[in-house]
Parts: sequence; structure tokens; C-alpha cells
Amino acid sequence: MWTWFHKLASPPHFYRIAGLTIPAFSWAAGLLVAAGLYGGLVLAPPDYQQGEGFRIFYVHVPSAILSMFVYATMAIAAAIGLIWRMKLAHAVAAASAPIGAWFTACALATGSIWGKPMWGTWWVGDARLTSELILLFLYLGYLGLRSSFDDLQRADRASAVLAVIGIVNLPVIHYSVVWWNSIHQGSTLLTPGAMPIAMKWPALCMLAGFALFYGAVLFVRLRGEVVRRERSAAWLREVLVK
Amino acid sequence: MTARPGLWRVGMAVYARDLRLAFRRWEQAVQPVVFLLMVATLFPLALSPEAAQLRGVAAGVLWVAALLASLLALEFLFRADHEDGSLEQLVLSGHPLGWLSIFKVLAHWTISGLPLVLVSPVVATSLAVPASALAVVMLSLLLGTGVLSFVGGAAAALTLGVKRGGVLVSVLTLPLVMPALIFGAQAADLAIMGESARGPLLLLLALLVLSVSLAPLAIAAALRIGVE
Amino acid sequence: MNIAEFLAMGGYAAYVWPAYGLVFAVLALNVWAARRSHERALEEARRRLMQEESGR
Repeated sequence: MWTWFHKLASPPHFYRIAGLTIPAFSWAAGLLVAAGLYGGLVLAPPDYQQGEGFRIFYVHVPSAILSMFVYATMAIAAAIGLIWRMKLAHAVAAASAPIGAWFTACALATGSIWGKPMWGTWWVGDARLTSELILLFLYLGYLGLRSSFDDLQRADRASAVLAVIGIVNLPVIHYSVVWWNSIHQGSTLLTPGAMPIAMKWPALCMLAGFALFYGAVLFVRLRGEVVRRERSAAWLREVLVK
Repeated sequence: MTARPGLWRVGMAVYARDLRLAFRRWEQAVQPVVFLLMVATLFPLALSPEAAQLRGVAAGVLWVAALLASLLALEFLFRADHEDGSLEQLVLSGHPLGWLSIFKVLAHWTISGLPLVLVSPVVATSLAVPASALAVVMLSLLLGTGVLSFVGGAAAALTLGVKRGGVLVSVLTLPLVMPALIFGAQAADLAIMGESARGPLLLLLALLVLSVSLAPLAIAAALRIGVE
Repeated sequence: MNIAEFLAMGGYAAYVWPAYGLVFAVLALNVWAARRSHERALEEARRRLMQEESGR
């Protein structure tokens, strides 16, 4: 199994795999997002209380879920990189961070825009919003720490420790609406029966589409990250010739 | 070959040494307290000397000022030792690095966190905090500066050897101590309004326990990476 | 429902469309940034190789 991993991490081999996954993920993401958009903006009925304004849900929720999913991926990859000293794992963490940060920013921004007409305020200091903001700061701290090292290996390992520390924030974000009285509504998408199917399926399409988008962009970044960590000149020459 | 000294002995030696070094350069050690006093004087000047208004913001002001003051001191936690090579000795000494780092962080807290707690009644009173609330305010800062020293210690260990890493340490520490800030300021605020602060104080205690148990692991890992 | 009603989003247009626009702009930015990051990594590698070869 380890030989498969080591083979995977060598640039020519990785490039071959990326050459397949990137277009596959991109097309799948595009179709799912298109379906989700049509379902969410056109087909789904307006909300009983919030009317058409509710449709922000279809971009806000996938962004928020992805912001956490990407961090979890980043932290797990970082841990694997630390424990087994795998360069590919560190590459996954490094490549995921900017993507996750942007998803977090989107979740916060769309949430804020949604909040103004519905709850009368751009921001409130409750647990869910605050912990999501903390998540953004964690991403930015991770990126900042990375860039402050000249040595890539040290950057990998130090930022990996930080990523692992920050994982405690994820259960806080998720359970914040359960543990505290929050202005933010409770879980609807993942709770069975909390949402009519006409509203649920577009949201799930958007979620899957965003996830595949992350996969595609991740692999694009990964190609660069694998090259950065490659020491052997022979492999590099082979890759650069293309 | 002499028998290896026990962990407690070594830990106390580390603790004592750090305190001694800090006392030699007491002008540096006293800076966080001075900062706290200055910030506390700024707010009545900038806002209004009216007691009712000050009391409303006192909890938040006190806590943020204490936070910023502690962040100032974090840089000194490992830097001096890293520069003169004694940190490397500590890492290579073969003693469990996680436990040793607890002693180091405790020394740092004694030098920077504890003075803040002791000075806080004076500062709080200048912000129109009633005497009945002072005990809770001090307790909340006691627990909070503890969390800060441990979490900040992890951030300081991660940025070892980074040039001009001062701001970065703060950027890394603040997201992780925000929950402590929230509960601590909440506890102080409740006390100022005359209500029971038991809930937030217990949560703050839980955060302290969490950071004391997890931060040393992170510090040990980070120190090993930084000293390589 | 006609186009005008769709665009008006029941009066919430000023909120809904900027939200969607923002998200898709960010997604597009991510695609561009990822491609650029890859290109930069290749350039750095090329430079490293040339330095190594000229140093020999």
C-alpha cells in the first residue's frame, strides 16, 4: 500500500492522475451546480416566512459546510504528514488552506447579507457566527505561519501543528446552535424531515457541486505543490518538458 | 555517571531559572503591567469619566487590555533561550518535553500573567467597577491569563526563529483564546451587574483545563520542529 | 413567473443577487488562483533546475 502512495506522490504519476480527476470533477461540479441553481432559484417554492430572500440559503449553506469540511481535510492531512512524514499529505494541507479560507469568507459574507433583511442586523456576536469567524482567522493564521518560513519542510511541519490544534473549533461551530441560544437557526439540511424535498434536493446538489469544485481546484493546486516538494531533478525535468 | 535528576527537580530548576532571569531584566518584565495601566487610563479619557458609562464597558476593556498586555509578553517566552542555545539543550536533554514546557509556561505566567491579576483591582476600580465585583473580576483574569499563557506558548513555540514573528504570534493566539475572552468578559460583566457569574467561570475553568492538557503536546511538537 | 419577477426576487433582489454574485466571483477567483499557483511552481522549478545545472 505504501508503494502505491509513494508512486502517487511522484510528479509524472501524479500529473497523470490529476489529468483525469481535474476534468472529471470539474464537469461533475458544473452540472451539479447548474442543477442546484435551477432547482433553487426557479423550481423551489419561496419560503413561508422569508419569501424569495430565503434563496440565499442555496449558496450560504454549501459554503459554510465546505468551510468546515475543507478544514477537517486540511487538519487530517496535516496530522498524516506529521506522523508519517508524507510530503503528499503536507501538500494536500497547503493546497486546501486558501480554498477553505475563501469558502469561510463566503459563508460569513452571505450570512451577513442574509441577516440584514431577515434579522435586521449585519452581525451579531453569537456562538455560531463568532466560531465561524474564528475559523477564518485560523485559516489566515495558518497561511501566515506558512509564508513566514523560508524552508518548505519546516513550514509544512509547523503549520501542520497549528492546523491540528485548530480542529477543536469545528465541533464548536457545529454544535454551537445546540449548546447556546443562538440567533442562527438550528440544523435543517441534515435533519430528516426538517425541510421539504423541493428545497432539499437543490441544496444537496449545490453542496455536492461545491465539494467536487473543491476537489478539482485542490488537484490543480496539488500539481504545483508536488512539484515544489520534489527533490529529484530527473522527475522534474520529465514534468517540465510537457 | 550521576543518576538522572527527577522530572520535578528539573522542572523546578527551569521554573526558578526563568524567574531569576526575568528579575534581572525587571524593566522588561514589568512592561505588560505598565501597558495595562496605561490602556486603562486611556478609556475614561476617550469615552467619558461618567461612572455609569465606564461600568458598562469595564469588563470588556479590562479583559481586552489584559489580553493585549499578555500578548506583548509572549514573545519573550522562548526567544532568549532559543538565541543562546539553552532551548536546544532542553529539547535534547531527554526529559519529557511536554512536562518541561508546563514549567516554562508557568514561569512565564508568574512573570506576566500573575502581576496583571494582582494589579487588576486597581485598574477595575478606576473603571468604576463596584468593590463587590472585584473578586470575580480577579478570578476571571486568573483563569484567563492562564489560558492565554498556555495557548500563547504554543503559538510562540510555532513561530520560533521566525524573523519579526511578533505580530504573527498574536494572530495565531487570538482566534484560539477568543472563547476564553468571551466567557471571561461575560463573567466579569455579570459580577459588575450584581449577578452570579458561576456559569461562565466554570466554562473558563474548563478552557483552562483543556489548554493545560493539550497545549504542552503542541508546544513539545513545535519546539522539536523549531530546534531542528 | 416572468423574467422581471424572477429578477426582483420578491423585493429581496438587492440581497439575493449580490450574495450569489459574490460566491461565484470567489469560485472563479479560486480557479484562476489555483492555475497561477501551479504555473509559479513550474517556473520556480525550472529556475532551480537551471541553477543546479549551471552550478555543476
